[in-house]
Amino acid sequence: MSSSQINKLKDLAFKIFAMICTSVGLIVLLVLLYVVFSEGLSRISVDFLTNLPSRVPSRAGIYTALLGMVWILVLTVVISFPIGMAAGIYLQEYGRKNFLTNFIEINISNLAGVPSIIYGILGLELFGRVFGFGNSILTGSLTLSLLILPMIIVSTREAIKAVPGSLREASYGLGATKWQTVWNVVLPSSFGGIMTGLILAISRAIGETAPLIVIGALVYVPFAPSSPMDEFTVLPIQIFNWVTRPQAGFVTNAASAIIILLTFTFLMNGIAVWIRNRFNKRTKF
Amino acid sequence: MRLFLTSIIVFILSSCGGGNKQNQGTGLSGEVKIDGSSTVYPLSEAVAEEFRNVESEIRVTVGESGTGGGFKKFSRGEIDINDASRPIKGEEIELCKQGNVEFIELPVAYDGLAVVVNKENTFVDYLTVKELKKMWEPAAQGKIKTWNQIRASFPNEPINLYGAGTASGTYDYFTEAIVGEAKSSRGDYNASEDDNVLVKGVSSDRNAIGYFGLAYYQNNADKLKLVPINDEDDSNGKGAILPSPETVTNGTYQPLARPEFIYVNAKSAEKPEVKAFVKFYLENAPVLANEIGSVALSQEVYNLVIKRFESKKTGTVFGTGKTVGVNMADLLK
Repeated sequence: MSSSQINKLKDLAFKIFAMICTSVGLIVLLVLLYVVFSEGLSRISVDFLTNLPSRVPSRAGIYTALLGMVWILVLTVVISFPIGMAAGIYLQEYGRKNFLTNFIEINISNLAGVPSIIYGILGLELFGRVFGFGNSILTGSLTLSLLILPMIIVSTREAIKAVPGSLREASYGLGATKWQTVWNVVLPSSFGGIMTGLILAISRAIGETAPLIVIGALVYVPFAPSSPMDEFTVLPIQIFNWVTRPQAGFVTNAASAIIILLTFTFLMNGIAVWIRNRFNKRTKF
Repeated sequence: MRLFLTSIIVFILSSCGGGNKQNQGTGLSGEVKIDGSSTVYPLSEAVAEEFRNVESEIRVTVGESGTGGGFKKFSRGEIDINDASRPIKGEEIELCKQGNVEFIELPVAYDGLAVVVNKENTFVDYLTVKELKKMWEPAAQGKIKTWNQIRASFPNEPINLYGAGTASGTYDYFTEAIVGEAKSSRGDYNASEDDNVLVKGVSSDRNAIGYFGLAYYQNNADKLKLVPINDEDDSNGKGAILPSPETVTNGTYQPLARPEFIYVNAKSAEKPEVKAFVKFYLENAPVLANEIGSVALSQEVYNLVIKRFESKKTGTVFGTGKTVGVNMADLLK
């Protein structure tokens, strides 16, 4: 066998190995989806979406958990998006390389690696007790905002970094100030990237259970929240509760709730892809 | 059953009626905040669900941050009622004192622990507490590996243990009742906080033995074999006894039956909405406890508990912290 044949063989072997590696993840995902869908699909109905929690599996629904989740999401976006974006712009456009910005940068990368339950403990003490918000939607949203802020800041910076320097220079050349440049040139051309980062961060937030359990999110909430100060429950907590119950019907409920949660995440990710494509088409560097 | 039927009817009516809610109650409004043990959670949830049909304007919420986590919130006055799967501990009483919180301790149901083996296991007819201890005590780690080490008549087959994870209240109770000291157990066994995982493990492993809440056995009775337990104390029932609602309530299934409690903040108990809820809880617990798979106390004990709540008697009757083998009626009298 000549050395070129051996090399071709090696090439083929690596190709097969890489394909196996790719398919492992996909197969696990498919098995997971199959199990969840075969168990839970039959249970999904309008009643399941609009019923209150119940001790009888066939009567239990996810109405309050779903609404609680929407409340949490909207508030989290409202709180974390402006702060995260502004911080990203500061660090990328205004911040000079000095001790302070270095310090902030190191902290942000560190924060991204902190286990989510730690944020829960911080949120419980700071927002729940010191600020006196209790175990309300506001406490939950503030806690989740802290959790996803590092992700938003990092993705904002990456998006802004991708804007070519020539665009900025052209803007300055026309006599624009820094603020005008950021607002009229940098932000519009990096908006797709910023939004993608935000939505991916939010998709992560809706799957979080640990920090919300720590701040005291409840399980049985028989009313729809009507203000940010109301108590709440969210889908992951309801699912967590159902899978540990002895009655088999609750496991089916949990599977159905997982399908709803997956649909939600899928939609969010779909929107992120759509926005990215749309803005990428509009701005050509 | 009647309660169940009426609740269904009320449910159908309320869902047909749309926004036009029927209020049969006293028209009280307000909030009742409950948190605490995940073992007691299903009962509190069931009571809250039924209570909503009677007093739809009172918002009852239930969390499950664990008995200990619940007591922390309780001692800060953040919640009205704490669900507990064990009596309050000395340091928690201390916390309550610091927070100026007085509590009324109310037993609401029993939770039995089931010891089970695989359906195909033919040789285990009963086990004594001593034999269980031999299996589970820390000294057994790495040494007790086959069934015939437990009893000579058992076969020379490996013994595979399935039990509650260390963060579970079930673990605390089982180790206290069997080994004699809470949290003292061998470590080399298949542990899970989720009892459904243990059910799956024991039902698919011929040489398995495991323990978990009785409700989990009842919902999987076709897949498991229940083991009668002999505590070798004839004063509370002779011989080996199978757990059942009867043997748990009458105190003969010992020592693996534990009481479940709710602790009511004495200040909250002054509020009419909390008072109405707790009364409703104690009146309906007998039916609802059996429905969700816990075991109801005897009617005599419920009457004593109701009296205890009405006279607003604060403090604990479990000063020693021990609930293994206690007679509830004697304690409450």
